[in-house]
Amino acid sequence: MKPVLFAAACLGGAMTALPALAAETQEAALEAEMEALKADYDARLRALEEQLDRQARVEGAPATPARPALSSNAFNPAISAIIMGSYVSYDFEAERELAGFQLGGETDYTPEGFTLDESELILSGNVDQRFFGQLTLGIHDGEDGAELEIEEAFFDTQGLPGGTGLRFGRFYSDIGYLNRQHPHAWNFHDAPLPYMAFLGGQLGDDGIRASWVAPTDLYLAFGTEVYQGDSFPGGSDADFGDLYTAFAHLGGDVGLSHSWRAGLSAVWADATAREGGGHAHGGAAGPDVEFTGDSDLLIADLVWKWAPNGDFRKRSLTLQAEYFYRDEAGVVEFTEGVDAAELDYDGSQSGWYLEGVYGFGPRWRAGLRYDRLSTSNDLVVTSITGGLTPGEVIDESGLADAGYDPDRWSAMVDYAPSEFSRLRLQYTRDDTLEETNDIWVLQYVMSLGAHGAHQF
Amino acid sequence: MRRLLGTCVIALAAMAPVSGAMAAELRVFACEPEWAALAEELGGDRVKAVSATHAAQDVHYIQARPSLISRLRRADLLVCTGAGLEVGWLPVLLQRANNPDVQPGTPGYLLAADVVPMLDVPQAVDRSRGDMHPEGNPHLQLDPHNILRVARALSERLSALDPDGAEVYRTAYAAFETRWQDQLTAWEARGQALNGMRVVAHHEDWRYLAEWLDLEIAGKLEPLPGVPPTSAHLAGLLDTVEARPVAAILRTGYQDGRAGEWLSERSGAPVLVLPHTVGEGVPDLAALFETLLSRLEAVAP
Repeated sequence: MKPVLFAAACLGGAMTALPALAAETQEAALEAEMEALKADYDARLRALEEQLDRQARVEGAPATPARPALSSNAFNPAISAIIMGSYVSYDFEAERELAGFQLGGETDYTPEGFTLDESELILSGNVDQRFFGQLTLGIHDGEDGAELEIEEAFFDTQGLPGGTGLRFGRFYSDIGYLNRQHPHAWNFHDAPLPYMAFLGGQLGDDGIRASWVAPTDLYLAFGTEVYQGDSFPGGSDADFGDLYTAFAHLGGDVGLSHSWRAGLSAVWADATAREGGGHAHGGAAGPDVEFTGDSDLLIADLVWKWAPNGDFRKRSLTLQAEYFYRDEAGVVEFTEGVDAAELDYDGSQSGWYLEGVYGFGPRWRAGLRYDRLSTSNDLVVTSITGGLTPGEVIDESGLADAGYDPDRWSAMVDYAPSEFSRLRLQYTRDDTLEETNDIWVLQYVMSLGAHGAHQF
Repeated sequence: MRRLLGTCVIALAAMAPVSGAMAAELRVFACEPEWAALAEELGGDRVKAVSATHAAQDVHYIQARPSLISRLRRADLLVCTGAGLEVGWLPVLLQRANNPDVQPGTPGYLLAADVVPMLDVPQAVDRSRGDMHPEGNPHLQLDPHNILRVARALSERLSALDPDGAEVYRTAYAAFETRWQDQLTAWEARGQALNGMRVVAHHEDWRYLAEWLDLEIAGKLEPLPGVPPTSAHLAGLLDTVEARPVAAILRTGYQDGRAGEWLSERSGAPVLVLPHTVGEGVPDLAALFETLLSRLEAVAP
């Protein structure tokens, strides 16, 4: 403290003494020095101004009107809402049944008349520099009012090297072509038959995905997913890893106007007590049918798109086809009231669809789709209690083929006033049940909020 | 089957690092041809730039094609316009390409809209007013001052990503800047004659050009941004044009010509198909502005 005080006193003394000491000659020298300094500064200032001027030509004016700089809302994720609904008319209303297939997931016919399909709320954004997250909520009518379903809730890594990526959480699988697309992005009102029969509409579950994109000109991506396994075609009583998948996608362009993607995917499920299916009688509840065993599915997909110069706003043609083959083996438990039976079940099933959609311009499209299923199931009743015969049990299990291949023809026309709205008229000649059903659908799909993705 | 799968995954993972070592030159993924051209001018032999789109395409309506994913997978630097121009497909590519080097916030991610002053930034956005861009009008490449601004940012990124070439990039930028400034002076001298010229535009795409050359956009063929022309709107536009004539109706090569032809037949104003980027007979960025100027001069009153 003391040395500081001393120094301050010295400085103070010197300051007060200075004017007294200043001689006239010194004053003149100072003045000259000041003049020189002033000239020097003027020159420097001019140079600086010129430099700033030059810089401004490059950088431009300080730019853009001020945006709210501090606002916690600025970090809101991208939000979009999908509003979907339809008016559906049938020759006759029926429960969905696909002979030879145990049904699960969301495969019901849309109720007749004017109904909301599913409404979706999607939130997505970067979590931080390493992760991207997305939440998709499906809202639909349930027995006790509106039901909220977490369709997807996942995060992706963004910082892994070498073309690898991981996804954790609940998400739609990347198998096949259509599986990862949400219903609002489909070209038709409903999923093709093989998606209903083999995947309960769409395969999505809680798990992990690892994917790798090859550093090649040809698009080459591989991935594998391990799921908890309680989603169809898995069973209700699953341990982590009971359902897993692997897929390979490849694709590229041919010239400026053509592009394609092909894929091969597999799903392996260890199903324990998989419920569903059974042949219902005129509105009465059907039997309980539970499958326990292995279910192995193979999917091959091919998509070809054409648009002059790659501009989908003018004209475009999309052809897409997928083929499904499944091998299932295990035990089926059958219960209906007092009747119970156990069956050995060894099934092989296949299904495919082919669709083409032609875009006439920025607003109108027309499409045609054919889908078909076939089964060859071996069923042997190993034990039985109650009054049913083995033949009746097999018949009521819904796993026997019906003597015909379920198939459908669907045609649609849709109109999109903008990228965010779409109105669709669809006709389906449904030959999946014993009787042909003519189905007419008028559907709307409205997207609010964040701009949707132009998925290939 | 399980063992086979495991072996596959291990084998593929082992292949991954090899690919990283193979890259010799800096790979630039440009969303638009103008940025690919600029990267090649500034990077020379050290850079290999490829554009995801070309001059005959409307950049907004591109799909996230597999070929674009594989191209982005190997990129060291992404250069795009931003401001929502690529909003339909770039986020999908970024999500599926598994490339950490070009994610937002990294030096490998450069948006032109972040380094130039944006025009027409809306105070409020609502889709009832068409396909709006909250960040402002994205057709910013048609002001040559913006080209220089992006060039400076791009050159800095090239140096940051490839420090060995920093001196080369600095020299190339200095040469580019000098040449561009000279050309700017010459273009702006010629542009004096176009000041105040009235034109009709198809879309919002000539906004920056009009601002630079002080052209007056009397109206647009599209009733709302991104909404195709309607007959009612065109009839109204014809009234406007008949009340005070315009020198030309401007459109790009990829836009539908029918609405412009309709207005041209009735108003007598010629349709001018102008380049909006490099390609389709426009070899480089300087040629783009040369072509724009000479075509406009040809119809100037």
